[in-house]
Amino acid sequence: MSTAAGSRQLVLRAIFIGMGLVLLIRLLFLQLFEPKYKIMANDIAIYRQVVYPPRGVIYDRNGKVLCYNEVVYDLQMTSNNVPRDFDSSKLCQVLGIDGNTYYNLHERAKWANGPMRPGTFLEQLSTAQAARFGENKYSFPGFDMVERNIRSYPEPIGGAFLGFIGEISPRLLKKDRFSSYQQGDYLGLDGLELSYEEVLRGQRGVYFKEKDNYNRPRDSYLKGALDTPAVAGQALHLYLDEKLQAYGEKLMQNKLGSIVAIDPSTGGILAMVSAPSYDPNLLRGADRSKNFSRLYQLHTKPLFNRAIKASYSPGSTQKPYTALIALDDGAITPAFGYPCRGAYYACGRPVRCTETWAGHAANLRLAIANSCNSYFCHIYRLSVDEDKFGGVKKGLEDWYRHMFLFGFGHPTGVDIPYEIGGTLFDSTDYNKLYNGSWNSCTNLFLGMGQGELSVTPMQMANSLCIVANHGFFYVPHFVKSIGNNPKDPSLARFLVKHEVTNIPDTMYKTVTLGMMDVVNAGTGRVARLPGIEVCGKTGTVENYAFINGKRTKLQNHSMFVAFAPRGHPKIAIAVTVENAGYGATWAGPIASLMMEKYLTDTIAKNRLPLQERILKGNVINMRQVTLIDSARRAADQARYERRLQNAAVSDSVKRAYDSLVILRYIKTYLLPKK
Amino acid sequence: MPTTNRSLISRLDALTLTLYLVLVVIGLLAVFSVEYRSTDVGLFLKGKNYTSQTIFLGISLFVGMIILFTDSKAFASGAFLAYLFGIILLIVTIFFGKNVKGSHSWLQIGPMSFQPGEVCKIFTALALAKFLSLSETNFHTLKHRLIAVAIALLPAVLIILQNETGLALVYFSFILALYREGLPNSILIIGFSVVVLAIASLLLTQLTIFLILTAIASIFIVLLWKRLLINGKLRLVLIGSYGVALLFSQLVVPFTFKKVLQGYQIQRIYSMLGQEVPEAYLKHEEIQKLQVGKKKDDNYNVKQSKIAIGSGGLLGKGFLNGTSTKNNFVPEQHTDFIFCSIGEQFGFVGSALLILLYVGLMIRISILAERQRSVFSRVYAYCVASILFFHFAINISMTIGLAPVIGITLPLLSYGGSSLLSFSILIFILLRLDADRAVLIR
Repeated sequence: MSTAAGSRQLVLRAIFIGMGLVLLIRLLFLQLFEPKYKIMANDIAIYRQVVYPPRGVIYDRNGKVLCYNEVVYDLQMTSNNVPRDFDSSKLCQVLGIDGNTYYNLHERAKWANGPMRPGTFLEQLSTAQAARFGENKYSFPGFDMVERNIRSYPEPIGGAFLGFIGEISPRLLKKDRFSSYQQGDYLGLDGLELSYEEVLRGQRGVYFKEKDNYNRPRDSYLKGALDTPAVAGQALHLYLDEKLQAYGEKLMQNKLGSIVAIDPSTGGILAMVSAPSYDPNLLRGADRSKNFSRLYQLHTKPLFNRAIKASYSPGSTQKPYTALIALDDGAITPAFGYPCRGAYYACGRPVRCTETWAGHAANLRLAIANSCNSYFCHIYRLSVDEDKFGGVKKGLEDWYRHMFLFGFGHPTGVDIPYEIGGTLFDSTDYNKLYNGSWNSCTNLFLGMGQGELSVTPMQMANSLCIVANHGFFYVPHFVKSIGNNPKDPSLARFLVKHEVTNIPDTMYKTVTLGMMDVVNAGTGRVARLPGIEVCGKTGTVENYAFINGKRTKLQNHSMFVAFAPRGHPKIAIAVTVENAGYGATWAGPIASLMMEKYLTDTIAKNRLPLQERILKGNVINMRQVTLIDSARRAADQARYERRLQNAAVSDSVKRAYDSLVILRYIKTYLLPKK
Repeated sequence: MPTTNRSLISRLDALTLTLYLVLVVIGLLAVFSVEYRSTDVGLFLKGKNYTSQTIFLGISLFVGMIILFTDSKAFASGAFLAYLFGIILLIVTIFFGKNVKGSHSWLQIGPMSFQPGEVCKIFTALALAKFLSLSETNFHTLKHRLIAVAIALLPAVLIILQNETGLALVYFSFILALYREGLPNSILIIGFSVVVLAIASLLLTQLTIFLILTAIASIFIVLLWKRLLINGKLRLVLIGSYGVALLFSQLVVPFTFKKVLQGYQIQRIYSMLGQEVPEAYLKHEEIQKLQVGKKKDDNYNVKQSKIAIGSGGLLGKGFLNGTSTKNNFVPEQHTDFIFCSIGEQFGFVGSALLILLYVGLMIRISILAERQRSVFSRVYAYCVASILFFHFAINISMTIGLAPVIGITLPLLSYGGSSLLSFSILIFILLRLDADRAVLIR
């Protein structure tokens, strides 16, 4: 028995040790040779928390805040932490909601993020709500107030260029520029907010946290060794003058159109108004999408930035450039005159001129001052038909090159997105349009700013800077410095001085003198300012629209471009008022008041009645605007539907073709041959 | 008798006591690490499990002291009485047990609740030891063998009636102690082989099992070649067992799974092992469910437990750095799955050390057993080792997916008063008996 017992005790010990070895071997494989478990453990337990820094503040030239971050409070609820016997009536009282609303909000918050995680119960508490909740917080277990930043605007101005922020869309997520963004991130969607997104947004902080089985964050992972802190966004300082901007928006009320004012010496934009304007505070926080679609539905299209996205025939405001091109090409001299007696007859159908008295176009300066149509049609023809080009097509190429250099036909490059380039035809385009058979008579209207030419108010103001500066410009821009650094790399392109042509100063001088005469004695007398040499040019632009299928002539666009003072220009301004009449009636006074406001900081007493007339004036023909806009929207809708239809048709054609191929195959190969 | 001259304290086995204390402290720290939050201020917070575990430890040590100051003969004389008490307790529990997740194995007395099945292990061990040490017992007769087996398995039957199968299985471990006392070899070998073969045929493919069985048979043939040539009976046994094993793994198991068992039963069996059901055994409805993607995650526990242990690597993530165990990913991680926190925080090295401690404790107990003068003490010691072994082997196996999840604790480490107290009592009685190893106890 003893030997048997001896061997049996050894067997038992062997079993103990053997089991230990089995476990060890299994553990060896599990812990040392299967790295997938490490990855799985990190996947389930580590949570990447992104902390958003406050966006940069936007200031005007005088340090006045245009846009800042307002702290708002959201009420969050963690459903599981709300006791079953929670008395909701007190919370309803504190928040000023009824029981039904409470129930709906409760359900929404509960299902949004699940019962274990906090979900937003009520967005953007009012100050009173937040205060009352804060006082009674202890009696609402499971509810919590969380801070959130939203963009806020002290003055209801600047919606056109400030832009707005919103959640990133799936379409934007695919773009390279936003590759570092995630679903749910906020970013600038328009205006400066979009252009300077990278600067304003700062750097997101990333914190790695452990989470538990209900996805609730717990301790920081590895004691925060991998975390990066958030860096606040940088402030933008603009050239914009907040007072001037506000004044401009006030002047443009009840009108459609735009104002662009630029400081020619820097290219800095002093004001940009697109009328009708809207309060940027509408497009923030919880009500953004609701207000956005409401603004979008309006027939007057307040969301459409007319300063950079609308283009008009420049009309008479084009004349200084026609003159400069003719001078540069040597087609005329400043002393060149044209015997206009009320119309231009050289090209068959007469081109009417507003002045009929002899000698109103006896030289260039007079022709500009009196805005003689015949004169500018003629010198346009002279410059494109010059012998040295050997044909109008080459001549127009040269004209196109000049116009392009003056900033027409392409976006100016201003630092807000979605700018358009307007229309500027070269010979190829005309060849297409007229099948190759055309001459300088075909498009002589170009000389007086009609025809196949359209420019944006932005381009008008920018080109005016070239005239004011006698030949150079800076790309127009809003931002003077980023976080007090005017030499920030993203501003480098705005510091480059662009010399346009080698047109001599004397020729610019002639043209500017002509423009000064416009204000002092010509069509733009309304813009005269005492003690300041104002140079300007009126424009009255014919325009047509299809209403009920008929091409209808609408009221003229009223335009005015001006800069002052002549010697050392401080402001160049382009004003467009759609369908308002003569340039001198609406656009002229607005431009003049703006300049006065900017240069003298006040409006002289004797000009207050003028200001009053402008402020009270309502030139929106609502019926017409509604008709045109509805027709356009209908056309857009129809185009969209047509595209869908075409896609469907081409698809079924393809299918039909496919089945034909199959039938043919069956016939050829599979059916028995007769 | 020289030993009686020395004091009781110095007669206690220092190594066993040390191993016991080390394991208990490791257990406390493990429970602590699972519950620790960086926001916690101070130790022994109210409502934390490690606080109550500390209290349980205090109670256990107190009870241990009482045991040490009890006369060693009292255990033998009170054994049958205690067993009777235990059986009555188990029967009462069947009817008055608290319903916890479908089982009725807990008794509630005032604010305290405990599991009689856990405590009854001690009584059964004592009763078994007492029965085998009776002078009229002859363990070579079938009758007495059956009585011994009945003593061991009666509580198991009662516990199965309480719907707590896992705990009942523990009582089968007394077979090991009985084996030491003379149960035939074949019972152990056959029992062991059946268990291994059953699990293997679930985990491995039929071809693999066939190859392994053939390989084992070939090894036996090579080793026993000369004896096989002479001994016809041995040949028959070898060929027979090979055939039965093949039959079982290649035909019986697949047939049962394909034709006899219901889909949910198969699911249950595999999820206990922490495995996906192989496609061959999936019923049509399950395949459809899989395709719809509505399959319930049955083996969540084992999956999470394997992730926690597997992610520990060689040295582990460090104390209090276990991302899976600290953040509640492993269900029951402070009780049945406490081994995860060791595996995750201390890696392979820590786990291996823990296994070494357990194996060391079991070997030490078997050494203690062999040096006893009285049969009672020896059988009792082997009973303790067997219980420890079963708990240790099955608990760790189930956390790493080697055994079905049957809900038994890791001795001395798992959180829980009943478990800690009963293991402490088992070991302290052993220490007390060992202190009087020179005395004949009946």
